[in-house]
Amino acid sequence: MDMNEIKEIFFQECEEQLAELESGLLRLNDGDRDPETVNAVFRAVHSIKGGAGAFGLDDLVSFAHVFETTLDCVRSNKLEPNQEVLKVMLKSADVLADLTNVARDGGSVDQARSKQLIRELEALANGTPLPTASAAPAPAVAPKAKPAAPAPVAEAAAPAANDQGFTPVAFSFDDFGGDEPEVSELPAYDIIFKPKSDLYTKGNEATLLLRDLSRLGEMSIHCDMSDLPSLDQLDPEAAYFWWKISLKTDKGEDAIRSVFEFAEWDCDLEVSKVGGEGVVAESDLPMQPVPFDLSALDAESDAPLGVTEEEENLVAQRDEAIAAAETANNVVQMAGNAARAAASDKGAAAAAAQNNAQQASSAAAPTIRVDLDRVDRLINLVGELVINQAMLSQSVIENDANGTSSINMGLEELQQLTREIQDSVMAIRAQPVKPVFQRMARTVREIADITGKSVRLVTEGENTEVDKTVIDKLAEPLTHMIRNAVDHGLETPEKRLAAGKSAEGTVKLTAKHRSGRIVIELSDDGAGINREKVRQKAIDNDLITADANLSDEEIDNLIFHAGFSTADKVSDLSGRGVGMDVVKRSIQALGGRINISSKPGHGSTFTMSLPLTLAVLDGMVVTVAGQTLVVPLTAIVETLQPEAAAIHSFGATQRLISIRNSFCPLVDVGRILNFRSTQANPVEGVALLVESEGGGQRALMVDAIQGQRQVVIKSLEANYTHVPGIAAATILGDGRVALILDVDSVVSASRGQSLQLEASLAAAG
Amino acid sequence: MTYLAQNLTHGGRELIAFRIGDQEFCVNVMSVREIRGWTPVTPMPHAPSYVLGVLNLRGAVLPIIDMSARLGLKPAEPTVRHVIIVAQVKNRIVGLLVEAVSDILTINDEHIQPTPDMSSEFERTFARGILAIEGRMICLIELEAVFPHSESEAA
Repeated sequence: MDMNEIKEIFFQECEEQLAELESGLLRLNDGDRDPETVNAVFRAVHSIKGGAGAFGLDDLVSFAHVFETTLDCVRSNKLEPNQEVLKVMLKSADVLADLTNVARDGGSVDQARSKQLIRELEALANGTPLPTASAAPAPAVAPKAKPAAPAPVAEAAAPAANDQGFTPVAFSFDDFGGDEPEVSELPAYDIIFKPKSDLYTKGNEATLLLRDLSRLGEMSIHCDMSDLPSLDQLDPEAAYFWWKISLKTDKGEDAIRSVFEFAEWDCDLEVSKVGGEGVVAESDLPMQPVPFDLSALDAESDAPLGVTEEEENLVAQRDEAIAAAETANNVVQMAGNAARAAASDKGAAAAAAQNNAQQASSAAAPTIRVDLDRVDRLINLVGELVINQAMLSQSVIENDANGTSSINMGLEELQQLTREIQDSVMAIRAQPVKPVFQRMARTVREIADITGKSVRLVTEGENTEVDKTVIDKLAEPLTHMIRNAVDHGLETPEKRLAAGKSAEGTVKLTAKHRSGRIVIELSDDGAGINREKVRQKAIDNDLITADANLSDEEIDNLIFHAGFSTADKVSDLSGRGVGMDVVKRSIQALGGRINISSKPGHGSTFTMSLPLTLAVLDGMVVTVAGQTLVVPLTAIVETLQPEAAAIHSFGATQRLISIRNSFCPLVDVGRILNFRSTQANPVEGVALLVESEGGGQRALMVDAIQGQRQVVIKSLEANYTHVPGIAAATILGDGRVALILDVDSVVSASRGQSLQLEASLAAAG
Repeated sequence: MTYLAQNLTHGGRELIAFRIGDQEFCVNVMSVREIRGWTPVTPMPHAPSYVLGVLNLRGAVLPIIDMSARLGLKPAEPTVRHVIIVAQVKNRIVGLLVEAVSDILTINDEHIQPTPDMSSEFERTFARGILAIEGRMICLIELEAVFPHSESEAA
């Protein structure tokens, strides 16, 4: 594995960390004050910094460092993560993402922006002095101040890190020295360091850690070899030794922990301050390898200090501190700490158990990274397998009319197995839509900034899974739509207030599964579509005639026309008039549908319905004018055999079919697709009642139904071009290509919109 | 860069010659993937008249172009004796229906004569040169121009 490969892995991890970072920040933004969330955010930035350092990506390191420093203030409760702070942090996350991309792909970043953010971050880190941050009453304040300050020392991988805003270190120590003359002698710590085998497999070296530790002060080491098995049972790669270290240092417990920073997960580490009986038990808890959970230390180290102050009042005082904390401003953070402090009373065993549980729950399910090409190849192969299985079944049926039962049973089992394999393979490529939604959060922020609107993005159902091929193609249309929603949909804060709404607009993005498709909804609580304006614009652009009688729904759908934009002036964001028709076309290219509903004054909702996968489809195989076509099963509501009495002529060419006393237009598929020049006699065919995205039902006339089958979708665009009325192609059991009908486009063609027109549009685009 | 330009730098090249009616044409052998017999195709709605339909080639769906109609000659009536030249044009694969493949020519670039200036549609669109081989005239075809809705056409 060469350096580039390692670097590639780093960037992949960066992506994950960035996603983690952003989702964490968004959770904080929503009022989540779980210390674990803060830690996760911190960890993400820290990991990026660490990796970037290893590759000498200085820009990334320096930005990540400042970011980390500020995050640390949040973590140690010095900085309240309010909306203002989080706004800066979310922007910083964006810049961090940009810097990462630049480090990977080259290019340049907006230096001014990152410099500005660095200044803002530094201001946040320095600007909030300690006393104001911890508004808790006296008993909590004094002990809190001390451990909070050195925390960054522990975190900073590079010693140079200390110079950013952490001068209070010295100050608080002096403070304590003065208050408590009995600890003026160097504090002594007992450290128990038990490496696990993983520590060594990850390339850490106990000797080096111990050497670093010795630099902190006077140290004596005792190595415990009692766990060493006899030679025949010895695993040469396992860890058997552990060390008991007594260290006298004035650097504080955090400095000790920082030595083990990168080994923390792979060893059992106990650091305890010598003195006071309860202390050892007290200190047990934070020593557990809770990743980076140094905020826990803050509260717990209250106790040891309290002990040295007034030993007999230990318990009472801590209770007081907890009670005080609960009434303090930052109730939530403190409560977390208090809970830990309380838990520590239960003794080392209980605490360890709790921590183990915590660790177990935080450990993600094991995953492997697989090259996407391999998965794609597998999916293609399974697709071929499905086709082959269909061919086999067909030839057996043809050649063996009386059907030997064992062969048929075998074939049926094969069919089931094939289907199961296919489902499982498809599941490999299924991904939650979360990353795309997260990207949208950034888009919203940026556009809100540019437009001067205040926007909140609410997402729901981010964990809805859909095939990766769909996800990849989702981002672009969604970005367009989000831009439109913020730029055109939402009003300015003044207008909103005037309309009696809150100044902050809400854009809601939801995803859910519905009948074998994924439905993505984007709604805003803006002004809704201005139908008068849209109508006028359409008349101006010759899309409709001035006397056209359009329903509200039809007017709303006009915005999907090419060259249509109602924004009075063309803005940088949207309003070039290439927005919604491009969106519609890319959604359709995915086999999806898009629809809009709008309530004046209350906002608009775009509903997209997309197939879960672009690889397979359940379809009804039908015959039209001698050709075999596949109609997606999801589109079909019912099938019926029309009777002559149910067919009614309507105008010159239209025909309606009455179904249970409601009339539904008949659409001759063969005519629409130019397979025949005359209309077929409906009585001789079969009608497929379909529901189209534009609302309303249509009865599609086909000649006959051959059966129902799962088909593998083959792209027509790969070697040919998009064909109006046709969604894709597939290969049937006889090896022939069959076309998959694009029901929506056929239905809209039947509405008068000519497919030829669409064809010329497609060719022009 | 067209394949012509690519190959001009190399000197010698191989061309595959095929027959439509009484005329002979050739394309660069490097763009030909395989040659197969005619099998019925699935017609495409709203396709240009020279696109006969699509065919399954080991799992890939490829359009079949009637070269005769494409080059402005009379549309072919495919029979089992017709052959399909499966060619790669840029990153797409396309099948070209021709009457027969005659032979493979190894020629040097100096054998390629420029097309006479006749300002016909055919000459400007498809022909890239003509060859005189043993008294026959063979026209060198630019495959990219043959393909329907190629980028140049769509733009």
